[in-house]
Amino acid sequence: MYTSKTRHAFPGPEDTLRQTLPNGITVLARENFDSPSVVVEGYIEAGNEDEPHDKAGLANFATDVMERGTQHRSFEQLYEEVESVGASFGVGAGTHITSFGAKGLVEQLPLLLDVLNDVLRYPAFPVDQMEHARREILTDLREEAHDTRDMAAITFHELAYPESHPYHYNASGYPETIAAITRDDLTAFHRRYFSPQGMTLVVVGAVKAEKAVEAIAEVFGSWEATRPERVPLPTVPTLTEIAKKYVAIPEKTQSDLILGWPGPERRDPDFLTCNLANTVLGIFGMMGRLGERVRSQNGLAYYAYSRIEGGKGPGPWNVAAGVNPTNVDHAIELILEEIRRIREERIPAGELTDSKTYLTGSLPLRLETNEGVAQMLTYIERNALGLDYLQRYPTLINEITPLKAQEAVRRWLDPDHYALAIAGPPL
Amino acid sequence: MNLLKTKLDNGLTVLLRESHTAPVTGFWVWYRVGSRNEHPGITGISHWVEHMLFKGTSRWPREKLDQAVAREGGILNAMTWYDFTAYYETLPSRKVSLSLDIESDRMVNALFDPEETESERTVIISERQGHENDPLFLLDEAVSAAAYHVHPYGHDTIGDLCDLRTITRDELYAHYRTYYAPNNAIIALAGDFNSGEMERVIERYFGALVSGPEIPKVEAQEPPQEEERRVVVEGDAGTDYLNIVYHTPAAKHPDIFPLTVLSTILAGGSGSLVGRGGISNRTSRLYRALVETELAADIDASLVPNVDPGLYRLTATVAPDRTPAEIEAVISQEIERLQQEAISEAELTKARQQARALFAYSSESITNQAFWLGFSEIFADHTWFLRYLDNLETVTTEDVLRVAQTYLTPQNRTTGWYLSNAK
Repeated sequence: MYTSKTRHAFPGPEDTLRQTLPNGITVLARENFDSPSVVVEGYIEAGNEDEPHDKAGLANFATDVMERGTQHRSFEQLYEEVESVGASFGVGAGTHITSFGAKGLVEQLPLLLDVLNDVLRYPAFPVDQMEHARREILTDLREEAHDTRDMAAITFHELAYPESHPYHYNASGYPETIAAITRDDLTAFHRRYFSPQGMTLVVVGAVKAEKAVEAIAEVFGSWEATRPERVPLPTVPTLTEIAKKYVAIPEKTQSDLILGWPGPERRDPDFLTCNLANTVLGIFGMMGRLGERVRSQNGLAYYAYSRIEGGKGPGPWNVAAGVNPTNVDHAIELILEEIRRIREERIPAGELTDSKTYLTGSLPLRLETNEGVAQMLTYIERNALGLDYLQRYPTLINEITPLKAQEAVRRWLDPDHYALAIAGPPL
Repeated sequence: MNLLKTKLDNGLTVLLRESHTAPVTGFWVWYRVGSRNEHPGITGISHWVEHMLFKGTSRWPREKLDQAVAREGGILNAMTWYDFTAYYETLPSRKVSLSLDIESDRMVNALFDPEETESERTVIISERQGHENDPLFLLDEAVSAAAYHVHPYGHDTIGDLCDLRTITRDELYAHYRTYYAPNNAIIALAGDFNSGEMERVIERYFGALVSGPEIPKVEAQEPPQEEERRVVVEGDAGTDYLNIVYHTPAAKHPDIFPLTVLSTILAGGSGSLVGRGGISNRTSRLYRALVETELAADIDASLVPNVDPGLYRLTATVAPDRTPAEIEAVISQEIERLQQEAISEAELTKARQQARALFAYSSESITNQAFWLGFSEIFADHTWFLRYLDNLETVTTEDVLRVAQTYLTPQNRTTGWYLSNAK
């Protein structure tokens, strides 16, 4: 039933064009003529990391307003052009980078690039749109404050990371910081940090790779700007206690909890090993060992899983579960038991192999769509993994031994010292 | 399009779409059962049955089931809704027989072990409680209940808490045995296979299953609504919300296409039938009238295809210091405008263009291709999806005017306010 007509290769150096433009932009292009669409993805080195703590939310606020009008297009013109052809675009700040993207039918590629260029380089920051965005952010923050999952996540970051570190703060900001941000703050942020240096642009779709690179060079090639060098992130101390906080939100019927630690950075040699161990712990099948124990055997939760972020900094490695308020303590007990077990008992070889084949075997599914490929290429570029990463990936995973996995888990997961945030009804 | 439709002797409908764009196959099995087939006392039972199919058979015990698929790098999951329960696996193509093996087995051999049933009760209650934390779920539930007095669409698929506490193992098993049979099922595959060979393999796995008794008909017909209905939900969510629904015809009815165009113009293309998400709605009439004017923080529409007459739903997040009443008044004005003057040709063209793009995006992944074939077979037949864009092309500005006058009337409307005490 398996036919030979199909293209099997993952994106790699043979079929992905990678070029660096003279102004520092790295361009990656991969062709796919099976679908009439095209996807553009990329990032700029600007984010929450660059904002002062007393202006938390500035990066996010700035990109919100950037989407709302440029020096060449009013809000109205911008969206009329894009929506009338069924295309879309977006810009959003993250902790370390600002991501952007656009999608449309392939004949719209020139429009997509032009709009992204306009938004990224020539935002107008209109006052009325700024005030509009400010009010929307304040509404979002109000909704967040009443959402148990959001509040558990925000509180977890406050517990696990010191005040000196950007991970301590809510990326959307706080009502008082958002209220105080001025138009000068927004324009200065854009002027200072948005530059083509370190910028990456990925194009995947029904367009010749060389043509895509040419089109990008034509639009973005004239951008000359530099940003100040970044200071290294402050170190994150290891947790030395159980840092626990309960956030009471009236009228809720379920509690959401997050238990975890600062985890390995993506470039940490431990990362792939930890990621494999995490698959065993809280992902494989129906949410790994945690799902099996907390959900399937004990019926305590609809969801219980673990995730490992592994970004530029020590992003969290944590467990999340949604449970009835009366079962919170029991669920935490079971979670900690599973953490102890994966530390103390080496993962049986067969169980580890299952997770290995899951991680390597699921690649084709993740690379089915243009968006999937574009996201993967962006990830590879951002983490400097090399275009042959997907070809090397199975070997990297398969050489992890149960002993290595256990050693890594012991370095990172400590069942006696952790951060625990719970949001639920008043007790 | 390379498509094959066939029916096995036992009544199982088979849809095959060969596509060699990726070494992946998407497999879906659809059962014509969902909360549409429930009544008070057993609401939520179809969804619970879905959960029990992950609790194993003799041959595929619980742990083995999802692990076997994950081990091959595949995904498996399921969903229950008003009109259907669907199970799917997406796998590397050479492993597709695993799907056929699992799904043909659990179509008839699920165990419904009493202990597992009890342990799943609390999981499902926890799922419902997770929903209850969301004020929009509470509002949707109250509005649907008010909009339907007779038809089971008035109940949310998750079920009422009182029923989730009392449904028994035997009721679950009886529900399963009634609705899970080849004559009540559709399988839809898309991906990297040869259709002729695949047909034979499907016959091997599913051909021997015995067809079940006739499926009980859903007799309930919602009488026409004669007056506007209103509900208010109070809570502590910190934000107010507004929900307005109108009864719409079943998906098979041709008016569903002008309604799709109408919804695109009113609230954006992403709320239309095919391709949720993906396109912003900042040039839609309601965004301009509500969000740009800062009455609402957000406006969203949903028009979903149903077997029986469903609901067209508008949802607004009320801006701080504004009220649901103010937003409701503006929506009413915009609806009246749609009833009084025809939309422009430019608006019609834009709606079609958005539909074309969304259709292209939603056909990109193999999993989605199989989804749409099976789903459209549930509420119409698979050609509904194939002809979707052609049908939209035939919509005229007069059609849109007519459906606005026919369906978006005050007496056909139910309005819900979520009012927050805590602000």
